[in-house]
Amino acid sequence: MKVQISVTVNGTNYQREVEPRMLLVHFLREELSLTGTHVGCDTSSCGACTVHLDGKALKSCTMLAVQANGKSITTIEGMATNGQLHPLQEGFHQEHGLQCGFCTPGMIMTAADLLANNSDPSEQEIREGLEGNFCRCTGYHNIVKSVQHAAKKMV
Amino acid sequence: MGLIGTSVKRVEDKRFTTGQGRYTDDIKLPGMTYACFVRSPHAHAKINNIDTSAAADMPGVVKIFTGSDEGIAGFGVPCGWQVNFKNGDTMKEPPHPLLVADKARHMGDGVAMVIAESYAEAKDAAEAVVVDWEVLPAVTDAKAGAAAGAPLVHDDAPNNLAFDWALGNDKAEVDAAFDTAHHVTTLEYKNQRLVANAIEPRSAIGQYDTAYDKYTLYTSSQNPHLTRLLMCAFVLGIPEHKVRVVAPDVGGGFGSKIFHYIEEALVTVAAKAIGRPVKWTAERRESFLTDAHGRDHVTKAQMAFDKEGHILALRAKTYANMGAYLSTFAPAVPTYLHGTLLQGLYKTPLIHIDVDAVFTHTTPVDAYRGAGRPEATYLIERLLDTAALEMGMDPAELRFQNFIDPFDGVEEAGYQTQVALQYDSGNYHPVLEKALKMVGYDDFRAEQKAARENGKLLGIGFSTYIEACGIAPSAVVGALGARAGLFESAQVRVQPTGKVSVYTGSHSHGQGHETTFAQVVADKFGIPLEDVDIIHGDSDSVAFGMGTYGSRSLAVGGSAIVKSIEKVIEKGTKIAAHKLECAEADLEFAEGKWTVKGSDKSIAFGDVSLTAYVPHDYPEGLEPGLDFSSFYDPANFTYPFGAHIAIVEIDKETGKVDLKRFIAVDDVGNVINPMIVDGQIHGGVVQGIGQALHEGAVYDASGQLLNGTYMDYTMPRADDFPSFETDRTVTPCPHNPLGVKGAGEAGCIGSTPAVVNAVMDALSPYGIHDIQMPVTSEKVWNIING
Amino acid sequence: MIPSKLAYHRPNNVNEAIQMLQNYGDDCKILAGGHSLIPVLKQRLNDPEHLVDISGLTELKGIRDNEKSITIGAGTTHAEIANSTAVQQHAPMIAQAAASIGDVQVRNFGTIGGSIAHADPAADWPAVLLAADANVVIKNTGGTREVDIDQFFLGLFTTAVQEGEIITAIRIPKTAFNRNSTYVKFPHPASRFAVVGCAAAVAKEGGNVTAARVAFNGVSSKPFRDMGIEKGLKGNALNADTIAAATKNAAAEVSVMSDHFASEKYRRHLAGVYARRALGAL
Repeated sequence: MKVQISVTVNGTNYQREVEPRMLLVHFLREELSLTGTHVGCDTSSCGACTVHLDGKALKSCTMLAVQANGKSITTIEGMATNGQLHPLQEGFHQEHGLQCGFCTPGMIMTAADLLANNSDPSEQEIREGLEGNFCRCTGYHNIVKSVQHAAKKMV
Repeated sequence: MGLIGTSVKRVEDKRFTTGQGRYTDDIKLPGMTYACFVRSPHAHAKINNIDTSAAADMPGVVKIFTGSDEGIAGFGVPCGWQVNFKNGDTMKEPPHPLLVADKARHMGDGVAMVIAESYAEAKDAAEAVVVDWEVLPAVTDAKAGAAAGAPLVHDDAPNNLAFDWALGNDKAEVDAAFDTAHHVTTLEYKNQRLVANAIEPRSAIGQYDTAYDKYTLYTSSQNPHLTRLLMCAFVLGIPEHKVRVVAPDVGGGFGSKIFHYIEEALVTVAAKAIGRPVKWTAERRESFLTDAHGRDHVTKAQMAFDKEGHILALRAKTYANMGAYLSTFAPAVPTYLHGTLLQGLYKTPLIHIDVDAVFTHTTPVDAYRGAGRPEATYLIERLLDTAALEMGMDPAELRFQNFIDPFDGVEEAGYQTQVALQYDSGNYHPVLEKALKMVGYDDFRAEQKAARENGKLLGIGFSTYIEACGIAPSAVVGALGARAGLFESAQVRVQPTGKVSVYTGSHSHGQGHETTFAQVVADKFGIPLEDVDIIHGDSDSVAFGMGTYGSRSLAVGGSAIVKSIEKVIEKGTKIAAHKLECAEADLEFAEGKWTVKGSDKSIAFGDVSLTAYVPHDYPEGLEPGLDFSSFYDPANFTYPFGAHIAIVEIDKETGKVDLKRFIAVDDVGNVINPMIVDGQIHGGVVQGIGQALHEGAVYDASGQLLNGTYMDYTMPRADDFPSFETDRTVTPCPHNPLGVKGAGEAGCIGSTPAVVNAVMDALSPYGIHDIQMPVTSEKVWNIING
Repeated sequence: MIPSKLAYHRPNNVNEAIQMLQNYGDDCKILAGGHSLIPVLKQRLNDPEHLVDISGLTELKGIRDNEKSITIGAGTTHAEIANSTAVQQHAPMIAQAAASIGDVQVRNFGTIGGSIAHADPAADWPAVLLAADANVVIKNTGGTREVDIDQFFLGLFTTAVQEGEIITAIRIPKTAFNRNSTYVKFPHPASRFAVVGCAAAVAKEGGNVTAARVAFNGVSSKPFRDMGIEKGLKGNALNADTIAAATKNAAAEVSVMSDHFASEKYRRHLAGVYARRALGAL
């Protein structure tokens, strides 16, 4: 039996009927065609599906869409404002913090949560803050620099 | 414009940082259905019966395919590389069925494909397929598999041998050198099985268009053209010109997406059978079970030395695990990508290697970042540091005194190894000198001494590696067993307005071709970077391609582009000479225009291209248009090299290894984009260290993969590493027009033994000289506690 | 990666939730933060027909700083607990454990009640709650009962929570030993769950230990207090020698887990190491 939900995603309200077992990440990707949020594993480990729910980083594979009823979600597609890239998006570009790009949306969303709570993180704090996001391409080296780049811009 | 050699920011970043990348699973076609596989839960089991009746009645189910269905039965994916037995017998190449009907040979072997209206419904129905299994004994280790009495994977492959193989000097001569040597260092180890774990799981969508009788396969592949060739010619027998293969954005490959997989062929067949598109995307658990794995060698290696530490000889025996079937490039990995690298950077006069390639009841093993070269490097570099410990010599000095002398491959000939290859150019002392300077070697040894006195375990490890990449001259690889050529194609199409579209057979899945290749083109034409577009990954737009692996894109694919660029400039010169009313020889092309030497008369690139397409005032006899294709087949492999140094500290109480510093000095020839090259090194280094300290697939005796999820298979994470210290030297490749060697695998090849060597150096007070990878805390603790 | 078919129910309060549990019996699971349950469901390791989502119930949320205890609502997230000044002050090990669970995403939404109900032996909560002498407040149709933490964890994924019951809160007594407490762990490099986690809480008077509670997770299939260590500490000064003596036989009384990452022998050894590290910090 489907359930009616109302969710605000990147500032737009959506009303949809969903199967209760549908994961939030599938709701975003399949129902709303917001395919910037990726699925990289089955165990809530890799973080590729990270979005913000009411401002906090969430692995959207670890929540049912029905649980997001009434909540506000930001995905990678909502990070730029009026065509202006978010400092993290700019930072990842400037510091070559991405290669294949698959982990990048989740990485940026987690980093945004990190910077919201700690505007001047040390390298170690950045590395620990990103422990829930896997990248197989960059060796994390330039991801750290990308976050530092953004932190400087956001002060 | 001077774009070559500068760290241009990547043009592909915008779509990836804004969520607009388009990966296969992002594609939704009208009427699309979803496939879910029933897979074997057993490593080795006979199938007595498959009952799909209950599943077929489940909601949303469109069709269920099994291995006995027409169009599937008898079809399988081929191997693309043939290595014969030493005695000349053809290698054993048992069929790898699209779906198994009689017997499963590894956990994850495909048994049925359930197609439904939604992914959830396909999954529900797949669970309702009932298979009557008769479980059989399994073998998972290569050496155990080759032993008498081991359970057979294929009845027609006795002793589970796919082939045996040897390379190098006369065995008796090599053995004789060992008999009289001053010192012999011996290591026996497993270069453990790794799982590539690209973060994007494999995905494939089959589509069939009845109006045009045409198939389209979207697939997360590193080489769409080869997939098309293999699938059309060797699997399904469908006409190649009626198949379009598209590899859109691909979320990392590391080798695992080179190969043609059963799921690609199955969604293609199924799409026509049901008249609707079929999508399959792997769950991570499926990736662990079905993406080709890497490494998995059981090796005994020995190195003989004289009193001064000169290497006299090297010999090795390797049991290479092939898994249950021969994957696309599998036979090449332990042989021509491994045995041929045993010269390393050293003047070793005598080398011999034997390889037994063994079937086991495990996921097929094939190329994984480095593919054979990391195994070869591990073999040599572990022997060297171990020998230094045993002989009381300095590991850096031991290397210096055995390095091959410099040669540029132009004035001096390339270096002929004892193991078939001829190195292109090399200058090995400077990379280690630079790395030692960066690490502050003398200071470190003092610090280490003080640390030891305070009961701390601090260690340094070295690895000076060489690799063969830019794979490769077709005639050579053909002679070595490749069933395909390994050239690359490129089309440079100058549009009338002077904008340039480049079609390359290389495929970017993170390497940044859209930037690096555009830099080359913009630089050579003297036009802005944004006037160049790089198109790749679509067999309908790119003439042909051999794809991206073996660090070959720039050295081979880039060279093909340069060939086309030269053709464009040559023709453009004819047009310019006509327009400027001068002789071609009087013209020079620079900064985007042709200028009459010694004058200010010139014509711009865009004016020449417009003339080519609006040929009203045009050289007689010259064809209109400005569009050239080229195929480039290199003269040799390329041979990057480098020196990696690791410093570790060990927690004495727990055995946990803490990587304190990592220094990498690499020589990848000329560099087009230093930022991208550094990024490749960083990523490779982490994968290499991942093998040293963390990763490794573990099977139990029955063939169950014990760590097939991210809860048990350790993926390197951000907080496992320090920032890296990298630098480079530049020894240009003498035989390709860009002088480039390739950077994709270097980090992964050099780093692994450096870290293990550092651990052994830290543990040297305990008198133990070997440890098995991954170097987990318990293994270290066991050494500390005797 | 999608759960089996299920029906979803969103009660308006705890009583309604309990009523739903009564109605659906053992085909029913409680969904709190979901960070223990959803991974299980989407891998289809469990397939309940009904889910009762209590994540929206405000009566389960928040941390109350009472006179003699701190009450943590079962629906409070790990992040909220880690950031609570009351928790940091009165039971630092609780805040440390909360801050070390999973990753930031998990801490943002995973709840203490959900975690302890799941009772993964390698999860971080059990050891600190055992060491803290916590009480688990459980509600059922008959009312509320409090279970001493020593009677709460019964075994692998098994707790004292009965069918039809909901954990509503965890009560941490304000004691001298909780004020002087710490939690350390050796994380599994893949999952980051504890291979060995040790929580230690010690009260001292005149330099001598008057009360000590030392508990482990990850070591055995059930989290446990190490009575040998606790006895060994009591009455003695707390220094390297007394700690070494007391922890010499850490985890000696329990059956210790073993897997391909850590053998029984190594895990038992780590228990001693982490007990020493925890106690050495107090």
